[in-house]
Amino acid sequence: MTDTRTLRAPEKLLFELSRPGRRGFALPPLDVPTGDGAGLDPRYTRDAIEGFPELSEVEIVRHYTRLSRLNYAIDLGLYPLGSCTMKYNPKVHETVARLPGFADSHPQLPAAAAQGCLRLMHDLERALCAICGMDRFTLQPAAGAQGELTGIMMARAYHRERGNPRQVVLIPDSAHGTNPASAHIAGYRVEQLPSNERGCVDLAALRRRMSPDIALLMLTNPNTLGVFEGEIQEIASAVHAGGALLYMDGANLNAFVGVARPGDMGVDLHHLNLHKTFSTPHGGGGPGAGPVGVKRHLEPFLPVPTVEKEGETFVLHHDRPKSIGKVRSFFGNFGMFVRAFAYILALGPDGLRRMAETAVLNANYLRRKLEAAYHLPYDAPSLHEVVFSDRNLEDTGVHTLDIAKRLMDYGFHPPTIYFPLIVKGALMIEPTESESREELDAFIDAMLRIDQEARSNPDLVRTAPHTTPVRRLDEVGAARNPVIRWTPDTSAR
Amino acid sequence: MGDVHRYIPASDADRESMLREIGAKSIDELFATIPPALRLKEPLPLAAALSEQELLQEMSRRARDSRQPAPGAQFLGGGAYRHHSPVLVDHLISRTEFYSSYTPYQPEISQGTLQAIFEFQTLVCQLTELDISNASMYDGASALAEAILMAERVTHRGRVAVSDRLHPEYLQVCRTYLASLDIDLAPFGSRPDGSADPEAARRALREGKAGAVVVQHPNFFGCLEEIETFAAAAHEAGAHLIVVVTEPVALGLLKGPGRQGADIVAGEGHSFGVPLSYGGPYLGFLAARQAFLRSMPGRIVGETRDVDGRRGYVLTLSTREQHIRREKATSNICTNEGLCALIASIFMAVAGRAGLRDLALHNHAKAAYARRTLAAARGCSAPYAAPVFNEFTVRLPVPAEQAVRHLLDRGLVPGIPLSRYFSGMERDLLVCVTETNPRAEIDRLADELGRLS
Repeated sequence: MTDTRTLRAPEKLLFELSRPGRRGFALPPLDVPTGDGAGLDPRYTRDAIEGFPELSEVEIVRHYTRLSRLNYAIDLGLYPLGSCTMKYNPKVHETVARLPGFADSHPQLPAAAAQGCLRLMHDLERALCAICGMDRFTLQPAAGAQGELTGIMMARAYHRERGNPRQVVLIPDSAHGTNPASAHIAGYRVEQLPSNERGCVDLAALRRRMSPDIALLMLTNPNTLGVFEGEIQEIASAVHAGGALLYMDGANLNAFVGVARPGDMGVDLHHLNLHKTFSTPHGGGGPGAGPVGVKRHLEPFLPVPTVEKEGETFVLHHDRPKSIGKVRSFFGNFGMFVRAFAYILALGPDGLRRMAETAVLNANYLRRKLEAAYHLPYDAPSLHEVVFSDRNLEDTGVHTLDIAKRLMDYGFHPPTIYFPLIVKGALMIEPTESESREELDAFIDAMLRIDQEARSNPDLVRTAPHTTPVRRLDEVGAARNPVIRWTPDTSAR
Repeated sequence: MGDVHRYIPASDADRESMLREIGAKSIDELFATIPPALRLKEPLPLAAALSEQELLQEMSRRARDSRQPAPGAQFLGGGAYRHHSPVLVDHLISRTEFYSSYTPYQPEISQGTLQAIFEFQTLVCQLTELDISNASMYDGASALAEAILMAERVTHRGRVAVSDRLHPEYLQVCRTYLASLDIDLAPFGSRPDGSADPEAARRALREGKAGAVVVQHPNFFGCLEEIETFAAAAHEAGAHLIVVVTEPVALGLLKGPGRQGADIVAGEGHSFGVPLSYGGPYLGFLAARQAFLRSMPGRIVGETRDVDGRRGYVLTLSTREQHIRREKATSNICTNEGLCALIASIFMAVAGRAGLRDLALHNHAKAAYARRTLAAARGCSAPYAAPVFNEFTVRLPVPAEQAVRHLLDRGLVPGIPLSRYFSGMERDLLVCVTETNPRAEIDRLADELGRLS
């Protein structure tokens, strides 16, 4: 590691920057008698936190500002992670979420003093119901995976009330890994459902498998190939005929908002991701929010509390005897509700539809421009995303990972790679509606150049990236000898 | 198809030309795989789009409907705590490179986020005096549920003893998470001084064969717990001690639970600069002894080197996680609370070694003053004798729910009526005092409480 000072120098850790006696924080003078604090028995207390940093304000500001410059971000350009829906996060969201009536509201306030917050939750729920065609929503789950878990728990409660919680959750082989993980925590055995040659649910196989032990089919629609499950009504009928429920993973809802609604498709319950479809920022890995919509027959099982309107007053209902309980404290990621609601207000019905239309248009445009060069493992029509593979480059020794890394040299974040698992060497590209044609063209140009480079100079691609703050990192070594916290020893190495 | 929208670059002309290049006649043709019967014929029943100016007016109006007393006149804790967040925190997390980036799947262009998480993991380890930590959980309550699942993966005893002084919403969340799994939650009782009863925990371990003991510190009623005693009881029985921390500012003053024998600490980190925001987003933290490394849920960042030998950071040990292990994963968690973890890290860095201790002492002194003053108000008393940090219980001469309603009209939120969670505590009020409550408001609160009877 070099210590040469450049604008792209590696940044030391907080703990390495720390110097004894510096401080970044001052309190107002204590306005109560000091004797009151001294009485704590020393068996409870410590003198100082070993290793905690000692830094001034300016050092902290520079540290994090420098760190920020090592990140790619949606405001720098296309971020085409498939099934992640990395769209523009309107700046006004950050302003409205910080309004004191929202940001400073304590969750233990009496409801009479929090009417604005409750009204916002109520109105967001109504808007999501209208968009999705569902009867009720819970806003409580903190992310998509927690939404899945909440939904499966509600399904379990529903079946249990009918005398048998059942044992199995069916999940297509193209599904996101959170689906089986959530089903498992909810106490179910997971069975994989094979996809057909179009990458969709094999309806015949589903019909054969349906039996009274099946609690739920979890279906992502459009699926992770970006393909709409065109037989969804038949799928719903088969599932319902067996007494099971149809759960829709709404991670890809951006594809058809304003065009169609899960509630009209026979879906009994589904989650959606406010941090995808409704543009709340991803924050480098959260916070998100994963509201779950249900049809009337699942309403009794919603988490507590629900927000209800009584006359002109909004109240919290805790007394719901069939509720599954709570999946997190308080009411959910409220700050994300404010942003998502602002997004819905800003777009309106026409804007929401235009959002889905443009997302699908952009994905199809990319597909059209890249399909001559890159292998398309499933040729069913795409909605909001398209999945290619590295097969056409087989004899060059260049793989999907190399293409992804080389894209960084061209100034783009790579697509999702090696997912869905049913495609070998998958490159899953979701451009979203936020990209202009010029940005798409620049990405297309980069992809086509990489295809050429893979044939003319494969080593250049295989050793990419070349222009990033660090180059390829030893991930195997990181897992073999895990160093997951700083100590004075780790700095010395 | 609607008008051109400011968030969506494609003009009508762009759409036409792109459709031509695709070879489609219309946008509708792109949706041909959706059966016609499912396609909406009408626009969604929502209000028409707002301009930014209208949107700001509308949202400001909605925010004003939350008619709260001044922040200094609110004495609310109970799992969420009002602290001053240094202004630089919000400025730094408003860097778009932090807030508009995704989970750092591609480390070469995500070193900022990855290094910040590595620092977060380190700070949490230092704070709790434990060996390992992950990149964050959703909140304190779900972090506890995950902690119990993690402990059970090791002990497989199917039973966990839980202090009845635990935050009731945390208990509720754990019950929900464990409802379908063969893990019982067995509550154990407390002592007259308001702290959890180690003898009751011992009985639960001995007779109930519990694999873990859960104790909140400071507990829901504000009282401190004797962590060493619970650790000894748990370890004698071959069980783990899980300590829950809902107010991490307390750890600026209190010993790290790991040093006192805790095997796992599950906590809520929002006190470290994350806005109250009506209950979320917050962040859970989870720290544990080294032995739990491969059973930890969630993302973990590790240090490594790049091909040129430069230090760098990557997501690691991902074979625990759902995207690799699917139903055999240690958790279903994927998106966590990354930006809130960044807030907490920056807060911890700013407060630092001296500041966090000062802040904790300040909180403790004010709460000690308030407890003494409020308990001396006419008709009021402090029902529990155990030491507290910044939160305590006061017994009122009238039902607490009634007092809260009455004082709201006088511009005060005196605390949380414990009847909201428990029966038989109608007159008990949970009061929290932090550096944001001036003495004048504490004195006014005492005065008002003294007029209740």
